[in-house]
Amino acid sequence: MTTIRMQDLRKSFGTFDVIKGVDLEIEPGEFMVFVGPSGCGKSTLLRLVAGLEDITSGTLAFDEKIVNSLTPSQRGIAMVFQSYALYPHMTVYDNMAFGLKLAKGSADDVKRRVHKAAEMLQITDYLDRLPKQLSGGQRQRVAIGRAIVRDPKVFLFDEPLSNLDAALRVATRLEIAKLHAKMHETTMIYVTHDQVEAMTLADRICVLRDGNVEQVGTPLELYEKPQSIFVAGFIGSPKMNFLTEEFADAYKTDILGVRPEHLEIKDKDGLWKGKLLLAENLGSETFLYIDIGAKEPLVVRQDGSAHQQPGELLCVAPVNNNIHRFDQSGRPAAN
Amino acid sequence: MPMSIIKNTAFYALVVVIVVCAVFPFYYAIITSFRTGSAIFTIEYWPTSFSVANYVNVIAAGSFARNLLNSIIVSACVVTLSLLMAVTAAFALSRVRFRGRSLLLLTILSVSMFPQIAVLAGLFEIIRLLGLYNTLGGLIFSYMIFTLPFTVWVLTTFMRDLPVEIEEAAIVDGATPWVIVTRVFLPLMWPALATTGLLAFIAAWNEFLFALTFTSSTETRTVPVTIALFTGSSAHEVPWGIVMAASVIVTVPLVVLVLIFQRKIISGLTAGGVKG
Repeated sequence: MTTIRMQDLRKSFGTFDVIKGVDLEIEPGEFMVFVGPSGCGKSTLLRLVAGLEDITSGTLAFDEKIVNSLTPSQRGIAMVFQSYALYPHMTVYDNMAFGLKLAKGSADDVKRRVHKAAEMLQITDYLDRLPKQLSGGQRQRVAIGRAIVRDPKVFLFDEPLSNLDAALRVATRLEIAKLHAKMHETTMIYVTHDQVEAMTLADRICVLRDGNVEQVGTPLELYEKPQSIFVAGFIGSPKMNFLTEEFADAYKTDILGVRPEHLEIKDKDGLWKGKLLLAENLGSETFLYIDIGAKEPLVVRQDGSAHQQPGELLCVAPVNNNIHRFDQSGRPAAN
Repeated sequence: MPMSIIKNTAFYALVVVIVVCAVFPFYYAIITSFRTGSAIFTIEYWPTSFSVANYVNVIAAGSFARNLLNSIIVSACVVTLSLLMAVTAAFALSRVRFRGRSLLLLTILSVSMFPQIAVLAGLFEIIRLLGLYNTLGGLIFSYMIFTLPFTVWVLTTFMRDLPVEIEEAAIVDGATPWVIVTRVFLPLMWPALATTGLLAFIAAWNEFLFALTFTSSTETRTVPVTIALFTGSSAHEVPWGIVMAASVIVTVPLVVLVLIFQRKIISGLTAGGVKG
């Protein structure tokens, strides 16, 4: 059970500031996801926590103990890398046992822990194989296993699913969710640019932008009460529609945000009217792109397949007034 | 059709020419080494007589066995020390960020620019100063001049290409730089180590100028110098039979080493560690 506390954490490479003062507290046993577009500093922040990068200024504390100058192994962290980073010349067993052997664990203890982790991840059959004899998914499991055996205080994931194909990604995501349930006492930090991974795995999400924390909250908080246009646009797929000028004026705000799933097609009396440009039919749902005269086409999500044809004139209105109002600066407008 | 036949014939003709050029001198040395007396001076391209007298003479004669041992000691030490220093230097030059790193790398490479003859006099003074004159230590020390630049350079480029994540994974596992080099990087670097080690061995084994200059007694000489200084019954007679037998003997270890390591040289070991 480890609390992680970051106070005014900064990181610069030369004159280039990557992390510009992050204050964040991660609760014991929490699954925290860092999410953001590429270049926002999420991986760098994770590497600062890991101890793979030096902290330029600010403090990082595990359970009130400042760990700024400790090495990764002294901090008691384990990390899963995007590219697996297995030792190519060692068998699966040796890969997992390497850290324990370096820590001078007794042979029996090492064996017991490796086998326990292997059973947990169902890789017992591969223990004497080399990484090159495994598939991508199996390799990533070994990488996770190598992290588990060390019984870390803090478990770090750096985009662990990015190299897997779509089907395997969903399966492995589920494995990680199960792992978190089993290791509920271990604090975990997970970096991703995929908002679906963030929403499904996280206890809390930290949205980063240009080296600053944009918003921290549970997935639902971010979805329902985004504290900025950036978060509103980043969480949710397809992204939220933003309307300005006369569309926003009607709601007495500068920028009006409506999610595609909160819009519906009306037979008549719709608030907005426009021509259907394109319908993306996914079977279970359909996304309609409607030109209502705004800067960008309005995206509307409909259940099931759509019967509308491109060129058709449609009326649209928000469901139950489910809208978000933002001021010029992109912050929520005061009611 | 005729075109491809001509092409094929030309190709294999070229192969034959190259193989003959490369192998003939050694072949002729072998068949000459088995001849004795005046038969040596008749030009025959096929083995006509067989006698091991030259080999017996070489091994029995004076200090040849001793000189062979010297060559083995010197070359082995040069290879071991060069690789040890090059691997540790390569780790620093490829993985540790510090000021003047590329300048240092260029300096190391530029050492190999100087012809041996140009550094001979200066090196002679240094070796005298260190008290290494006429010792095997002096040879080992001086051979590093030409083995280290290329071993450092090759291993640095090779180590630079090893995935950073593997190193970081080892750091997270609690490995010190020494553990990373010896237990994570070295096993991945076998192909590079085998290749550079072999080249260093060949260079040290064949070296003549330093060996001639920095030794004075027959007990400390290496084989190339010994062969060059073989004398016949008179000062004007070159004992070709013995020279050829000795040449064959010194070539065999190199051939054996290449055959042993060729698999290592070819194999790529990093496959499977990272994605792909």
